[in-house]
Amino acid sequence: MPKNGSKGEKNSTDIVLNLQSHTFRHGVHPPENKEETNKLPIRQFSFSPLIILPMQQHIGAPSRIIVREGQEVLRGQLLAEANGYMSVPVHAPVSGKIRKIAKVPVISGQMTEGIHIETFPYSGQEVIEGTPINFETASPEKILKGIQDAGIVGLGGAAFPTHVKLKIPEGKFCDHLIINGIECEPYLTTDHRVMLEQANDIYIGIRYLIKATGAKEVIIGIEGNKQDAADHLSKLIPADLPVTVQVVPVKYPQGAEKMLVTSLLGKEVPSGGLPIDVKAVVVNVATTAEIGRLLPHGQGIQERVITITGPGVKKKGNYLIPVGTPLRYVLEQVGAAENISEVYMGGPMMGVAVSNLDISIVKGTSGIVVFGEDNIAKTDKIFPCIKCGACVDACPISLNPSKLGILAKSEGYDTMAEEFHLMDCFECGSCSFVCPSNIPLVQYFRLSKGIIRKRNAEKTAKANV
Amino acid sequence: MFSKTLHISTSPHIRQGMSTDMIMRNVVYAMLPLVVFSVVSFGLNALLVIITAVASSVLTEHALCRWSGKSSTVSDWSAVITGILLGLTLPPIFPLWMTFLGGVVSIAIGKFVFGGLGSNAFNPALVGRAFLQAAFPVAITTWHPSFLEGRFYSISKSVAAFPFSTPVVDGISGATPLSAFKFDKVTADTADLAFGFISGSTGETSAVLIILGGIYLAVRKMMNWRIPVAILTTVFVLSWILHIIDNQVYPSPEFMLFSGGLMLGAVFMATDMVGSPITPRGVVVYGVFIGLIVVVIRIWGGLPEGVMYAILLGNALTPHIDNLIRPRVYGTKKTKS
Repeated sequence: MPKNGSKGEKNSTDIVLNLQSHTFRHGVHPPENKEETNKLPIRQFSFSPLIILPMQQHIGAPSRIIVREGQEVLRGQLLAEANGYMSVPVHAPVSGKIRKIAKVPVISGQMTEGIHIETFPYSGQEVIEGTPINFETASPEKILKGIQDAGIVGLGGAAFPTHVKLKIPEGKFCDHLIINGIECEPYLTTDHRVMLEQANDIYIGIRYLIKATGAKEVIIGIEGNKQDAADHLSKLIPADLPVTVQVVPVKYPQGAEKMLVTSLLGKEVPSGGLPIDVKAVVVNVATTAEIGRLLPHGQGIQERVITITGPGVKKKGNYLIPVGTPLRYVLEQVGAAENISEVYMGGPMMGVAVSNLDISIVKGTSGIVVFGEDNIAKTDKIFPCIKCGACVDACPISLNPSKLGILAKSEGYDTMAEEFHLMDCFECGSCSFVCPSNIPLVQYFRLSKGIIRKRNAEKTAKANV
Repeated sequence: MFSKTLHISTSPHIRQGMSTDMIMRNVVYAMLPLVVFSVVSFGLNALLVIITAVASSVLTEHALCRWSGKSSTVSDWSAVITGILLGLTLPPIFPLWMTFLGGVVSIAIGKFVFGGLGSNAFNPALVGRAFLQAAFPVAITTWHPSFLEGRFYSISKSVAAFPFSTPVVDGISGATPLSAFKFDKVTADTADLAFGFISGSTGETSAVLIILGGIYLAVRKMMNWRIPVAILTTVFVLSWILHIIDNQVYPSPEFMLFSGGLMLGAVFMATDMVGSPITPRGVVVYGVFIGLIVVVIRIWGGLPEGVMYAILLGNALTPHIDNLIRPRVYGTKKTKS
């Protein structure tokens, strides 16, 4: 029975906090800047003459290359296999010839193993078929294996291997499958267009996900600025699926897993825990659509939808771009201004600034935001913290970023972690966004967390000796 | 193509756009009507006092920055606020050399020794004023009636007193409503109090203008409105209860609210972000505490006015409030770790 609009029955043993409001505490409202691309349909991007595929496109071990230089490959063919459980394979995004296997740059500034493919100029770029997986007959394990074999990672930006996320730990149960169609990052309209144009793939993907997780109900969470997508998906709910579409208020970082669980279920994910601790699994809507499109054909991921926008580009839009397309090629095709001076992969709140245009589009690239030289008005002057409390009012998990920032400066890492819950910070950047003194708070926290993790690892290593 | 070097920054790449110097500048704007009213009601004497306070604060800040080899922080406008606040809390005929000294102490002892903007435990202007009150108890309680005939151009002998000389007490000095009540049990008219047709410190007399300035800052989210609301509510409720108990001994709540430096202190001094708690619940505790101390000093203390000490005590309590009152972190059970 479809449960549309209102929410379904909740497990009576759970503590329900704020089901009426469908939101979370605190948060910020950055300018959305979505109107320039949210009406533009997804368009196929041209195939770049050269594809450069890094083997590290996901969190985990890099994929192991199984092809050789000079080999001709077909679109969708397996190029590199998963190197262990915490890894996914890489498929050929184009039909072409492998020119080189060498180190290639990635956004972090490091070099990683990669494959250069020269695209066949006159190929029809037909994708080869694999072994289909049927959601009705396949076991949950088979579906998870199928998701791994398709090279699927979280397309919302994190690029965490989806099959690992979907694996329900021993003794735990998934009641609620949450499909994340929030897209709270300014500028990005990728998920918005996917929801409007790939509803069928999304619902097929949900069938696979229900089978894999054993979920009893499905909630598709969508922010209020995408009412058209919510209406569209509500209309198309298959009669046999327990799906609810829930519109939630627009607020950053609503799309963060923990915040979405709280808004939809009224429950908090325990500190240090995962949504499964409150019987929920959260999957990005574009990832869901990708599962629904690839698994029935046993294919691997070759391309993804990316919003290209920002004042620095002429042909803004939502494009279906082959993975491995060089960023420089993409920018040339969309008419980026000659004087571009800032490029972000992902949105402006959590995305990463590009320092080298020779990197490629990867599976986790949800958007490219480009600013020209004249579009940047930033005051870089940093003032001391005046304890105004703006960060305290912004932090979605009620940390005290002001205090944490002062502690980070004096290297009080142990106090930060033990007394002020630093490790719960998921680096949404709301504190830095509001800080009138321009203090790079979230950057301090990223560094501090890294140092604490390193120290802890050293401690464990010492204890084991 | 794309030959320019790319800027890189860490996320978030966009900012809300409010800046610390912008907040400080707006606090100055919110106080300007008080300065103007002060000059209208007390004449050029008041203007000289305020200008001297601002000049000495800014000069001290600049000189100390230079002396310690840092770049000058005068441009963040916080020294200007300290100067104006100090000027507004002094009697309109306060000797200028004492005013100047007050500005120096405010910045040097109240702010610089703690580490400058953001590190000061106490409101710097109140530190300066506390020093002046201790050093020159007579001069700082020598008041002057407002709207005197020919007040505007007459420079008081007291204002122009030569440095380190004892100022001559003017023949036209008048008591403030608070001291009149304290020592002679004379209450002033509420409308006079609200609009400022009374004697008092240069900037504390017009409650209406102070409230308007506070509303301006609160609407622009540059001031925590909970602080003045908590202080004023506490003072009102407490003095109302006392007034019911015995209306001969205890003044009316309206009188308590609109007299003395309460309005100015609650809106512009207790709200100093640096010295007030950071959480919404913390500021309420802070405000209630200040209100309580104000009533206690005014009613039972030896002084007619207690706002300055109440706020300084509140400032001292702030780190402890922040330490004790911590919001429950998402996903954790208890408030304290």
